[in-house]
Amino acid sequence: MINYIDLHAHMVSRTTDDYHAMALTGCVAVTEPAFWAGYDRVSASAFADYFKHLTEFEPQRAAKYGIQHYTWLCLNPKEGEDRELAREVLAIIPQFLDRPNVLGIGEIGLNRVTRNELATFIDHVELALEHNQLIHIHTPHLEDKYKGTKAIVETLASNSRIDPSRVMVDHVEEHTIRMVLEHGFWAGLTLYPMTKVSPGRAIDMLEMYGTERLCVASACDWGPSQPLAIPNCMFEMRRRGHSQQWIHEVVYTNPSRFLSQSPKFKLAPLEQALVQ
Amino acid sequence: MQIEGSCPRTQRELIELEFIEHRTKILDIAAFLDRFDRSIEHNANDDFRIKAFREALAALNSAEFGRVERIQMLLSDLSSELRAERDGQSAYGAAKESEQ
Ligand SMILES: [Zn+2]
Repeated sequence: MINYIDLHAHMVSRTTDDYHAMALTGCVAVTEPAFWAGYDRVSASAFADYFKHLTEFEPQRAAKYGIQHYTWLCLNPKEGEDRELAREVLAIIPQFLDRPNVLGIGEIGLNRVTRNELATFIDHVELALEHNQLIHIHTPHLEDKYKGTKAIVETLASNSRIDPSRVMVDHVEEHTIRMVLEHGFWAGLTLYPMTKVSPGRAIDMLEMYGTERLCVASACDWGPSQPLAIPNCMFEMRRRGHSQQWIHEVVYTNPSRFLSQSPKFKLAPLEQALVQ
Repeated sequence: MQIEGSCPRTQRELIELEFIEHRTKILDIAAFLDRFDRSIEHNANDDFRIKAFREALAALNSAEFGRVERIQMLLSDLSSELRAERDGQSAYGAAKESEQ
C-alpha cells in the first residue's frame, strides 16, 4: 500500500468512519483549509469557534486513526463579500497562527469574482506575508474559474514579496493549469465529482504537464464528495499503467515537499502519530 | 507540455479499458437532449446554458487535439471585469450572454 496525504479535506464535515476508511487506505496526513459552512456566518466569534475546532478537536479526532491533521485559517471566499466581517476575522486570525497544526492562510481566493472578494483576498495575502505563512488558494468554479484564476495569478505576480513556491493554487483545470505552473506556483487537482476534475482528467494533466509542483486532493466537504478520492485515483493511475514510484511522487512526495516549507509540518511514524 | 506519447496506454488498450464507460456517457447526453425535446413546456431553447452546451458538443467533434481546453473556454466567462457585487453563491456552468 502506498501512503498518501490529502492536502484538501474539510474533515469537520466528515464522520469518524471517514477517518477510519482513510486510515485503512493509507492516509497519513490531511490538511484542512477553512471554508464556508453552507451559510454566511454573522460574526467574528463564530469564526473563533471554528478556528478552535480546527486547531483543537479535529487534530485529536484524526490522531486516533494515526492521521496527522493540519489546517489553514481564513474567512472563505464565499464570505469575502462582507468587508466589515472580513476585517473583524482578519483581526482574530493572528492569535491562532502559533498553534501547532496551523500551516498558513487558506483557502483564500475568489468565488463570484467581485471587487470586494478581491479586496478581502489581498488583505489575507498581506496577513500571510506579515506572518511568514504558506498560502493555500481556492479558485472559483465553472464559468468563473478562468477569469478568477487569471485575476488571482495577476494579483500575486504583481506583488514582488510573494514567493510563488510557497503558494498552492488549488482546483486547477485544463484551461488554468498552465498559467499557474508557468508563474512558479504549486497547482492542485481536485478530485471532486461534477464541478471539478475526474481521476481520468487529473491523470491526463499529470501526464502532459509532468508531476513537478502538482498535487491531487479530495476537497471532501459537506457536499457530494469522496474522502477516498485519492486512493480511487491511485487505482486509476495503476490502471493507466503508471509505476508505484510515479504514484508515490504525486500522492506523497509532492504534498510533503510543499507542506514541509512550514517548520510545523513533520510526518511522524504511525506508532507515534497514534499516541499524539 | 508534452502531448505526443504522454499517455502510457496504447490506443487498443484504451479502447479495452474505457470504451464502454464513454459509450455510456454519449448515450446519457443524447438522452438528455431527447428529454429536452420531449419536455412538457418548451420554454428554454435559448437558455445560455443549453446554447453553450450545444456549442461544446460541436467542439467535441473536432479532429484536432485540445478539445477539453477549448470546451472549457466555451463554458467560461471570458470577460475580465470584476463583478460590482456578489449576485449569489454559486456559478451556473456557462457564462450569461451579458457577461461575455
Ligand atoms: Zn475547499
